Amino acid sequence: MNTPLAIVLIAMLGGAIRVSTPFMFVAVGECLTEKSGRINLGLEGTLVLGAMVAYAGSYRTGSPWLGVLLAGLAGSCLGAMHGVICKLPRVNDVAVGIAMMLFGTGVAFFFGKPYIQPTAPRLVSIPLGAWSDNADLGSALNVNPLFFVGVLAALALGWALRNTRWGLIVRTVGDSAAAARAIGISVDLVRFLTTTAGGFLAGIGGAFLSLSYPGSWNQGLSSGQGLMAVALVIFARWSPERCVLAALLFGGAGAIGPALQSIGVTQGYYFFNAAPYILTLGIMVATSSAKRSARDIPGELAMAK
Amino acid sequence: MDSGAPAAGEVSGAVLPAAPSERAASDLALRLRAGSEYVAIPALALAIAAFLFSLFLLAIGKSPIDFVDNIWRGGFGSGFSFQNTLQRSAPLILTALAVAIPARIGLIMIGGEGALVLGGFASAAIATPMVGVVAPWLTLIVMASAGVAVGALWIGLAGFLRYARGVNETISSLLLTYIGVAIMNFFVEGSLRDLSNPNKPSTRPIGEAYMVGKIPGTDVHWGFLAGLILAVGLQILMTRTTFGFAARVTGGNMRAALAQGLPVGKLIVACAMIAGACAGLAGFYEVAAIQGRANASLAAGYGFTGILVSFLARHNPLAIVPVAILFGGLVAAGGLIQRRMGLPDATVLVLQGLIFVVLLTSETLYGRFAIFKTAASKDRT
Repeated sequence: MNTPLAIVLIAMLGGAIRVSTPFMFVAVGECLTEKSGRINLGLEGTLVLGAMVAYAGSYRTGSPWLGVLLAGLAGSCLGAMHGVICKLPRVNDVAVGIAMMLFGTGVAFFFGKPYIQPTAPRLVSIPLGAWSDNADLGSALNVNPLFFVGVLAALALGWALRNTRWGLIVRTVGDSAAAARAIGISVDLVRFLTTTAGGFLAGIGGAFLSLSYPGSWNQGLSSGQGLMAVALVIFARWSPERCVLAALLFGGAGAIGPALQSIGVTQGYYFFNAAPYILTLGIMVATSSAKRSARDIPGELAMAK
Repeated sequence: MDSGAPAAGEVSGAVLPAAPSERAASDLALRLRAGSEYVAIPALALAIAAFLFSLFLLAIGKSPIDFVDNIWRGGFGSGFSFQNTLQRSAPLILTALAVAIPARIGLIMIGGEGALVLGGFASAAIATPMVGVVAPWLTLIVMASAGVAVGALWIGLAGFLRYARGVNETISSLLLTYIGVAIMNFFVEGSLRDLSNPNKPSTRPIGEAYMVGKIPGTDVHWGFLAGLILAVGLQILMTRTTFGFAARVTGGNMRAALAQGLPVGKLIVACAMIAGACAGLAGFYEVAAIQGRANASLAAGYGFTGILVSFLARHNPLAIVPVAILFGGLVAAGGLIQRRMGLPDATVLVLQGLIFVVLLTSETLYGRFAIFKTAASKDRT
């Protein structure tokens, strides 16, 4: 059990679980938003703001879970802003997303400055690996409760989208706004709510970054995870369950570098740092097509037109 | 009505010789009136953003008047600070052009930062073996070519993927930015690292003799002039040539362009490559005129501010210049704001983000004010 390969695989398993959690939250949130026919590219900013608010909240109140809640609320504020602005005619949701990305990051850096130094109480992980006497496996299976919250949220959302009245309304709005209006649904209201809820989830993803892994707040905390998660939704073909699987895949890819480092392979460190971005791009190239729009794409999405 | 109007004009022109020039004058007035909307609404957005930012400053107990005063002093107030502003507006003009040209063909490319970083890195890397061996002027030409070529390839790749595989160019160009920064870090901390500099991983300095000089009589490097020339040149390219016309047709309606038999794929890749070349050139000037070497300082956020500049200028290459100077002043005054007012360096980011959000919100105002409407535009709607 202590061969280098086993160590790397175990480290990748642990890394996949840890690294995937923020991807998962952002992707599931974005999935809900896109299901209603709107794209919010600003979740990178939401993620960073969520991380900052969670850290500050946990530091101020002493309760990390309160920090998580505050991060979600901060995320929903940004989501609501996006939702309200994009409701106006002639406003481009992709461009607003870019603006929200810059705005969210700026606000997070501005208010986050005093929290770079102090140490805030972090979320306690559940030692699922305690049964094993292998220390590596034990630490790999130290799973943060937010991981399970994310998986449950994805499963619940997937079920609700398929089986509930609310889910039907969201899907109708996403597939044909005209049809939704014809049966008396307020398209703007639905999209506002889904963008707000998406922001809430992305904020919680940020809380995981600052309160669990890597577990501190600094300005380089998120470098593109929010953006990659948005790309991941395309790969997951707008299904919350597949978003979880895609996030795990990405987590695994992101964990290759640190896993190799743990057995002393430091060469190509920067290459492995770039691996998730390259993987995202590769997946986008592989799953897109110039001839037809992606499978299962909500018909109202700007990308589909 | 449409077909009748020119005929009537011709007839009256034949009878009264003064009529055509009168008509031209009123044509200009009408165009000015319609065009002023594109100045007034962004200006209004700027004012609203400034007002909201003032409220923000008041809420955290800082004086907005001090803020304006510091921006004035740090960015525009003296000859020294204004030259500093122009210096900083050079990369902004170039990275804004990198957003504006693809925008004309209907693409939202936001990868200017990556092309700047890689272009700058390529310049520094290719210079390393040439310094001390090849004459400075030749080295600089090679450096600039390398920066332009690498930048063009980088954003051109996003354009190519868009056309050939339908990959969303906004996401891919931003991903390429992260990859570009990682590539630079890989070399700068690895094989190309200057081992005599333990503080900050950098390439070897190109040395004073190999740097781009200043425009005579000023403290501003030649990159600013290059930005001006490119802005004018690209404006001509996009408005006065067949290429520009075809690009704008494609941006207006891609299906119509395809139906017309326009080479849409080539146009998209060409526009993306022009964009990348501009950003790569910005990287070259950052290395050859400011830093003297490539390191993490290249990723200073010019590429992201350039996005805002281009949107505020409504992707018009000529309008980009004054807007870039305005934001260059803001960037230049950032340090002063930090020191004098005790505000974090992210203050400028907050202000930029706010301006961007308000500006995009203001898009909804177009066509809502009767004052900008001409008879022709009423006909259209």
